Amino acid sequence: MELQEFINNFAEQFDDIDASALNGSTIFKDLDEWNSLVALSVIAMIDEEYDITLKGNDIISATTVEDLYNIVQSKK
Amino acid sequence: MIIMTYNPYSLEGKTVLVTGASSGIGQSTAIECSKMGASVILTGRNEERLSLTLEKLEGTGHSMIVANLDDETEIEKIVEMASQLNGCVCNAGIGLGTKPAVFYKKKELEQIFTTNTISSILLLKGLVKRKKLINPSSVVFTSSIEGNAITTIGNGMYGMSKAALTAYAKTVALELAPKGIRCNVVTPGMVKTPLTAPTGELTQEQLDADAAKYPLGRYGNPQDIAWGIIYLLSDAACWITGTVLKIDGGITLV
Repeated sequence: MELQEFINNFAEQFDDIDASALNGSTIFKDLDEWNSLVALSVIAMIDEEYDITLKGNDIISATTVEDLYNIVQSKK
Repeated sequence: MIIMTYNPYSLEGKTVLVTGASSGIGQSTAIECSKMGASVILTGRNEERLSLTLEKLEGTGHSMIVANLDDETEIEKIVEMASQLNGCVCNAGIGLGTKPAVFYKKKELEQIFTTNTISSILLLKGLVKRKKLINPSSVVFTSSIEGNAITTIGNGMYGMSKAALTAYAKTVALELAPKGIRCNVVTPGMVKTPLTAPTGELTQEQLDADAAKYPLGRYGNPQDIAWGIIYLLSDAACWITGTVLKIDGGITLV
């Protein structure tokens, strides 16, 4: 799993944000479109794409997109 | 001392089948039914947990049937083994976590409808065909406010299966009325059970904040629902069929 591929999948969960606007250090909770539906979508995407079950607390403990990527990596 | 002899809510002398009886609302319903005088037939998948429920029942004449309602032949086994019934609580149900609609998988949809909707439909079909429900008798379905009175993101699969169950219950209430079989539904709000135990998508803080929104100040306990089910099973509800009884701490008012 590459960080860029993860960022692409992450960006897919938003309606108005393009992957090119995101990078590893993006603080995703500060994004205008971030809400509970997007959070659930990110969890579901990670389950579908990477076969990893994330918890709500994992989302809370992550600040940047790369933090989330690292959490997914650590659970592989 | 006043000896209470008048109690239209009593289940004395009634035999009641409860599905999903090894935990949660089903277990509590089984226990409360026994306290109200019923002979209870428990069903559930897990023999060990079902035995623990059996031990908790008061009085005598109770029994258990270990069966997986997802399997049609096991439903047939329940129908076969059940004695004549005055009541049936179609309560078995599962949740599959919280997930947005664009991520649903066919397998998950089939699973949740099989367990939450189809199993109760087939069980009641069998009981009626084999004339196990006497005239008069009462069937109660455990549905949910989700899908019936409220809609929340991520809970669509569960809500759909429960809304379908409610729709079915109303039809079958109409069709079975001539046989003296009443069919009613309870729609609980959030009740603290193994099914609703935090699976992790939501944090404890989010759950606490949600519980605080309930006008009566808390999530439900399984007993809160069991007592409503007992009312619908009892002779006190003899002129009630096809109704949907919301037991939700007032959450659908807000």
